[in-house]
Amino acid sequence: MTSSATLIAPAPAPTLHLSDDRVLAVDGLSVSFSTSERTVSAVRDVSFHVDRGETLAIVGESGSGKSVTSLAMMRLVEHGGGRIDAGRMLFRRRSGAVLDLATAGPRTMRAIRGADIAMIFQEPMTSLNPVFTAGEQIAESIRVHQGKGMAEARAEALRMLDLVRIPEARSVLDRYPHQLSGGMRQRVMIAMALSCKPSLLIADEPTTALDVTIQAQILQLIRALQDEMQMGVVFITHDMGVVAEVADRVLVMCRGEKVEEGASAGLFATPQHSYTRALLSAVPRLGAMAGTDLPREFALLRMDGEAPVKEAAPQATVKPDAAPILRVKDLVTRFDIRGGLFNRVTRRVHAVEKASFDLYPGETLSLVGESGCGKSTTGRSLLRLVESQSGAIEFDGRNIRELPPSAFRDLRRNIQFIFQDPFASLDPRLTVGYSIMEPLLVHGVAKGEAARQRVHWLLERVGLTPAHAQRYPHEFSGGQRQRIAIARALALNPKVVIADESVSALDVSIQAQIVNLLLELQRELGMAYLFISHDMAVVERVSHRVAVMYLGQIVEIGPRRAIFENPQHPYTRKLMAAVPVADPARRHLRRELVTDELPSPVRALGDEPTVEPLVEVGPGHFVARHPIGAFGR
Amino acid sequence: MTDTATELVSPASATTGEAVRTPLREFWRRFRRQPVALAALTFVALLTLLAVLAPWIVPFDPENYFDYDQLNAGPSWSHWLGVDPLGRDIFSRILMGARISLATGLASVALGGLVGTTLGLLAGYYEGWWDRIVMRICDVLFAFPGILLALGIVAILGGSLFNVVVAVSVFSVPAFARLVRGNTLVLKRMTYVEAVKSIGASDWTILVRHILPGTVSSIVVYFTMRLGTSIITAASLSFLGLGAQPPTPEWGAMLNDARADMVNAPHVALFPSLAIFFTVLAFNLLGDGLRDALDPKIDRK
Repeated sequence: MTSSATLIAPAPAPTLHLSDDRVLAVDGLSVSFSTSERTVSAVRDVSFHVDRGETLAIVGESGSGKSVTSLAMMRLVEHGGGRIDAGRMLFRRRSGAVLDLATAGPRTMRAIRGADIAMIFQEPMTSLNPVFTAGEQIAESIRVHQGKGMAEARAEALRMLDLVRIPEARSVLDRYPHQLSGGMRQRVMIAMALSCKPSLLIADEPTTALDVTIQAQILQLIRALQDEMQMGVVFITHDMGVVAEVADRVLVMCRGEKVEEGASAGLFATPQHSYTRALLSAVPRLGAMAGTDLPREFALLRMDGEAPVKEAAPQATVKPDAAPILRVKDLVTRFDIRGGLFNRVTRRVHAVEKASFDLYPGETLSLVGESGCGKSTTGRSLLRLVESQSGAIEFDGRNIRELPPSAFRDLRRNIQFIFQDPFASLDPRLTVGYSIMEPLLVHGVAKGEAARQRVHWLLERVGLTPAHAQRYPHEFSGGQRQRIAIARALALNPKVVIADESVSALDVSIQAQIVNLLLELQRELGMAYLFISHDMAVVERVSHRVAVMYLGQIVEIGPRRAIFENPQHPYTRKLMAAVPVADPARRHLRRELVTDELPSPVRALGDEPTVEPLVEVGPGHFVARHPIGAFGR
Repeated sequence: MTDTATELVSPASATTGEAVRTPLREFWRRFRRQPVALAALTFVALLTLLAVLAPWIVPFDPENYFDYDQLNAGPSWSHWLGVDPLGRDIFSRILMGARISLATGLASVALGGLVGTTLGLLAGYYEGWWDRIVMRICDVLFAFPGILLALGIVAILGGSLFNVVVAVSVFSVPAFARLVRGNTLVLKRMTYVEAVKSIGASDWTILVRHILPGTVSSIVVYFTMRLGTSIITAASLSFLGLGAQPPTPEWGAMLNDARADMVNAPHVALFPSLAIFFTVLAFNLLGDGLRDALDPKIDRK
């Protein structure tokens, strides 16, 4: 608290010195949150600085205090019940005046927020007000901070939309947030944030909710605008790939403390702290598996600095001449959109269009694609969680789609599902032990003591202890819950496990552990995985074969090595190029700023998409050659 | 959430050791912090205890003891809450009345809650025609003011305490049905319900094991609040002479008896009114407290 004491002194001005090219200097920042039960210190003694035209990335896993740090800079942390206990945050306003954000009054802060410091949030849908048009929202911030009139502000808003490269900016001006796609909304947010030409931009996970091709566009846009406007950027993210792509300097945080800070090239090449090293060892890197055919576990470094336990063996779990365990042939799943006076079907979402693939025992087949491409619907169609319109799903020679409900229930024992969100997939009112036991009870496989034994065995198998069985889901972390979900999926010894984005919601280090666990279980129990994911780097790590989906169709399918080293379809190539790589040396060179949107799978009645058989271009490697969506050939 | 850094060392390390935090214990931890709700709970518990023990602890026979020397007498040492126009001890009558009021309230809400919950569960889970029919019936029932509906039903069935219970429960049904249907619609789209579906569980298992427990907290809250309303409605019906018949010591009926001498002996009306007032208030405050303790969203402050 010494710093605030000096500020109360009558002449604080001389103490606030900031060198000329510096925008922000944070010194010894500590933030704590008090609840009725205890006080949690969220950030302890963190110092850093941001120069003009520089990007500082703050990286850390959940609970590391990175978001709290950013909220402290905006002094929004008090709204969440937090308190700045100590520290100085010297900031240079556009006018050149230097002040300490930690002690600035609410009036000053209101003038600074939005004008001198702007912020972009993770969820573009919830950070835009749904009842105002995009144009009104940008114009409002211009009117408030620059005192311009209605018409003038609107003209300025239009100029901002052009600046963030929104095509047909004039029409976007009058659209409501729900009429814009996620990428467009994030551009509007950026336009709003930059409308007053702030000297500091804080971006809190701005691309986490976006698809990878859109993410690449937004990252490029932020960099380009930064160059044009010479502002300092604080970029908060958990994604090391994004860091490598955008950051000049990196600050690594862990449990509220700064563990390492340095220029991004140096930090990625020679991390000093054991935590940074452990974190980097867990980051999936696109291209890490080049030259190999089979999946391999991550070689994880431990926090205590021990060498990796062993060099992981390649995942040779597929027998060369086995018959496929699951055969999907021309699967079509569509959803009706009703509307009009008589609630008739007006349009259809063509979620899955004639998808065909085989899954072999012990194999991991990945379905990759961006949101809305139908990959999740495909997985859910297999379990009949959604009804498909035509096609065949053969399991062990029997067509799942034609089975009566009773026979299908027995078949479900063999196909299990692991969901994306480990927080949502467990019933919060039941003990973890019961949740794992439930499949056994439902299918009458085991009861009483036998079932309990099996639960204990499963818990140990996924790296937990039998004592955890009596606890409730809310007592576990995300990674632990995903382990529980895996234990439940394994309870019935399934032959096929569908993992729908099962590691996407987890922190990188946990994600790597869960991936390793899945691979280990596959080696031991020999089940096949249908691994649904949008993350190309993870997919490269786990798959034997990969199928790329676009607009409901499989555009390319083949062995993982062939797809990643020799992609044939233009969409696959585009997807590959958009993935941020966790290595600043391989940072993507300046490309054209693209503004493509994902095309919509919604089509009018009778407007059927063309689907043609795939063409074989290599052993087991098939590619679509007919025009789909934006890719005409 | 707990600690990713400890998980880096061993996934099993976190959360072993401390006691298991069951939902019940979590609930009590939050409920305990609300003094008003605790007071309401104490009042309700005490009232229930008195009502159960009433036949053994009443100082006078509530129906057949007439003290003709003290008609309309005010509170005194022998008659704590005074004497009514027929010479009966008001304190004894209120104690016995508590039995009747609590019993009618509880029975009617339990009956309405049971039927309403079942209808709501089925409507929410299966949707389609079943849902439409149930909800339209509920809309019709909602269109009548509660007391009017109850009046109509009692008028058809005839005035007796049992019919009052039926009448009051009928107008509890749509409220429960709507509440439970809404919760069911939300819960059945939860990932964990889908997860249970994906392991092949039957509809019955899903409804009873996963959806019903999920909605039980709001049922409990609403049940408690509804108890207050139902006690008032039952008392009103008796006040109008449609429920409990003289000389049964029902609170509403007692108010009716007191009407003639309201000016000479206001205490005859005052004490049954206070009994109704405090009982209903206690149930409502208890309901508020339960809601605050059961709704995890309110815990943030």
